[in-house]
Amino acid sequence: MTLHLRIWRQAHAQASGRFVSYTVKDLSPDMSFLEMLDVLNEELTKKGEAPVEFDSDCREGICGTCGFVIDGVAHGPRRGRTVCQLYLRDFRDGQSVTLEPFRAKAFPVIQDLVVDRSAFERIIAAGGYISVDTGSAPDANSILIPKEVAEGAFDAAACIGCGACVAACPNASASLFVSAKIAHLALLPQGQPERHRRVLKMVAQMDRENFGNCSNHGECEAVCPKNISIKQIALMRREYLTEIWKNFRAL
Amino acid sequence: MTFWPRSSVAKKFLNGLTGLGLVLFIIIHLAGNLLLLTGNPDDLNRYAHKLESLGPLLLFAQIGLALFFILHILSALTVYFDRLRARPARYAVSGDAGGASRKTISSETMLYTGLVLLVFVPWHVISLKFGPGMAQGYVTELDGVAVRDLYRLVVEYFQNPVHVILYVAVMLFLGFHLRHGFWSMIQSLGAYHPRLTPLWYTGGLLFAAAMAVGYLVIPIWIYMNGAKI
Ligand code: SF4
Ligand code: FES
Repeated sequence: MTLHLRIWRQAHAQASGRFVSYTVKDLSPDMSFLEMLDVLNEELTKKGEAPVEFDSDCREGICGTCGFVIDGVAHGPRRGRTVCQLYLRDFRDGQSVTLEPFRAKAFPVIQDLVVDRSAFERIIAAGGYISVDTGSAPDANSILIPKEVAEGAFDAAACIGCGACVAACPNASASLFVSAKIAHLALLPQGQPERHRRVLKMVAQMDRENFGNCSNHGECEAVCPKNISIKQIALMRREYLTEIWKNFRAL
Repeated sequence: MTFWPRSSVAKKFLNGLTGLGLVLFIIIHLAGNLLLLTGNPDDLNRYAHKLESLGPLLLFAQIGLALFFILHILSALTVYFDRLRARPARYAVSGDAGGASRKTISSETMLYTGLVLLVFVPWHVISLKFGPGMAQGYVTELDGVAVRDLYRLVVEYFQNPVHVILYVAVMLFLGFHLRHGFWSMIQSLGAYHPRLTPLWYTGGLLFAAAMAVGYLVIPIWIYMNGAKI
């Protein structure tokens, strides 16, 4: 099969980018979307042109490294998967497809389809951790956790930090990612010591990183490869407002 | 300004809370307005007179309502300005993911439908509430007491087809605003429930339709029956 691609090319962070069109032929519908880009890049390299930069690592949908926007939708047309888990059988022969990087002030473009998502790391550093004693590892079953609690926490912990929620949000808000991290730790006993500080610090860092505000469009949940629910955003709000209220009462 | 919330979560909480207050108001306001359709002018006039005779209590409620209205707008505007800052470069192709998404024309036009209401409300209040009163001859008698004939004012007001068309149009905008606003305000307050949230989401559509239709039939009905009144 053949695909007509319109890809955002940008030489470096300060350069102004533009779309460049490519046609890739003799593709198999069983190829993954990223393999198709590998084919394109080989052709470009042979011709002496710069290959299209894009991020990927595991190509199994578990690491959160890959991600760009296909025809206006982060991670492309299939729900509940990363772009590395997208296959050409989801496209028509001869289809025209536009590829753009995630667009947000907080995710500056590094090159072509690669963006800098270190804002997420700074949010995690602000509070997305727990305290553990040093020394030998504690026994795995020393803290009993009811199954519903474990599952609830895991629903949130499934977030792989890909940033598609920010890319898809009309406001470029990071609320789904941040709330997933907050919910994951707030639900587990290990997360309790820092629970109160965590939500205040992570929300403050999120706001400092120039992400937008959440106005409940829910587009994030739709593109999230791990189907993280916006219920986590409501949970983050409850955690946050409870802390503010407690601080207010303590005055 | 310490009273103004700085964090994104608090701003949305303020927006949701003031939205809730405004939703309660439009329900009560519609219930009052429906008295226009009873066929007896005294019903509306008696209700309006009772409200006016609440005196300071009414003033307190009005100031509170105005404050909610202003805070609702200010918090919404900060969300809008956050968005301009957060997404300076726009996508060349815009797409909808579908699936679990609740992004609709309504959710994407909240600012614009809100601005329509922002222009409408002062116009509405000035032309009716602060419009001609007893001094201008809009007087009727209720149980031997002379009171303002608000009923006649409203009926005369809606004999003008331009007023009717504009009011109907604005109420459609109100419906669009509520379609997203209703469930969104609940989510902004932090309330999510796996079974209730879908209900609120669908209920939001019904509520929006009920409010828009409820409000817009009034001017149309008065216009069509005006000659008989
Ligand atoms: S919440 Fe979903 S879309 Fe957002 S970073 Fe996590 S996995 Fe990616
Ligand atoms: S490359 Fe790891 S999730 Fe796509």
